[in-house]
Amino acid sequence: MLAASPATTLLVGTRKGLFDFDASGTTPHIRALHFAGAPCSAVLADPRDGTWYAALDHGHFGCKLHRSDDRGATWQEVATPAYPADASDDASGDATTQLLWCLEAGHPEQPGTLWCGTIPGGLFRSDDRGESWSLVRSLWDRPERKEWFGGGFDLPGLHSISVDPRGPGRMAIGVSCGGAWRTTDDGATWELSTGMSADFMPPDRQLDDAIQDPHRVVRCSTDPDVLWTQHHNGIFRSTDDCRTWQRIETAPVSSFGFALAVHPTDGDTAWFVPAEVDEVRIPVDGRMIVNRTSDGGATFTTTRDGLPQQHAYHLVYRHGLDVDGSGQRLAMASTTGSMWCSNDGGEQFQSITDHLPPVACVRWC
Amino acid sequence: MATVVFAKAFRRHVECPDELVTGSSLREVMEGYFVMHPGTRSYVLDELGAVRKHVTVFLNSNQISDRRHLTDALGPNDTVHVFQALSGG
Repeated sequence: MLAASPATTLLVGTRKGLFDFDASGTTPHIRALHFAGAPCSAVLADPRDGTWYAALDHGHFGCKLHRSDDRGATWQEVATPAYPADASDDASGDATTQLLWCLEAGHPEQPGTLWCGTIPGGLFRSDDRGESWSLVRSLWDRPERKEWFGGGFDLPGLHSISVDPRGPGRMAIGVSCGGAWRTTDDGATWELSTGMSADFMPPDRQLDDAIQDPHRVVRCSTDPDVLWTQHHNGIFRSTDDCRTWQRIETAPVSSFGFALAVHPTDGDTAWFVPAEVDEVRIPVDGRMIVNRTSDGGATFTTTRDGLPQQHAYHLVYRHGLDVDGSGQRLAMASTTGSMWCSNDGGEQFQSITDHLPPVACVRWC
Repeated sequence: MATVVFAKAFRRHVECPDELVTGSSLREVMEGYFVMHPGTRSYVLDELGAVRKHVTVFLNSNQISDRRHLTDALGPNDTVHVFQALSGG
């Protein structure tokens, strides 16, 4: 399958707004800032119709969702995913939307369908481009949800939604801390994947699939049986459409981190941004690196070229790394406001800026 | 009947002019205001109908006592002030 043309726009959601980068040249530069001062927690450029969506997290006024039909020239506030009153229970307390953590376009055969992952763990669906949303009760009402707990936040969060291109109704999701799940019937039923392990649990619960902490779950677009996970306790790979996971032990320096990207046309190629484990969460020895495998995790190459190699204390969040449709352009941005890009599949990076607000997400389009 | 006044911080995001609204409880008055300006509801209340954690509502000079059900009684010349709480980040 031919790779797509390189992306020409890069959207960056930050603590102080959504930045639109013109990436038509080799070095992206800021074209516009939208929602100045408002935290942008997720962004989507819908590949089916070009619509942009921006999820905001107003500190005072709650989460909001905005839509643009003209690439940011104008924005319209649309409905925000909201929990129905009967979603509250002993496990969740008063269930209300705390964060819109990820936004994904539905399958091309379901135009207008959007998916949104939230804290405290609910998956929401819209079939009208965000005009209305409904909680996916088949997942929310699973008895295992009462075992979920927060990872990085007080409450559980659904951060990864991976639509399977082979047909509408097939999808995988990831929850911190609630494992990785798949559906093949448009969300009517859900299957919990197996094979991850959690060092943060008592010994007899470490293999409990329902409390795993996959920090990020990403599928290969053209090899959709292949998914990768950057888990709290290492890297895992699935080659059977999120049914089972195998641990990858070969990553150098550290296998802890949050972000990952998967090559769009090669399921053996993936990128990771390691950090020193758990209690520290900064680059090992203050040196920023990217680990890349191109053989399914048998071996890794560590890239340092273009990345700071002394006293660098960046952390890249779950959605802070992205690869474009060509598989050649990578963007990576940190909680301390630096961003780097690569035009050669991660062989080398270039610094784009050190002056952004803390970055939540980057997305090529 | 009460006057509802929103702080400037809201006006960056949603149209919320001062309005004179009929009602004998805070709930009645706010529901009346939301009918006039539907976009304001989600900025003030969460989906369960409670005042958002980082929003404060004053009845004249005093904070309301019932943030969950908005049962505070209102008189004819009262003013409801809706502010962003300083806790809100």
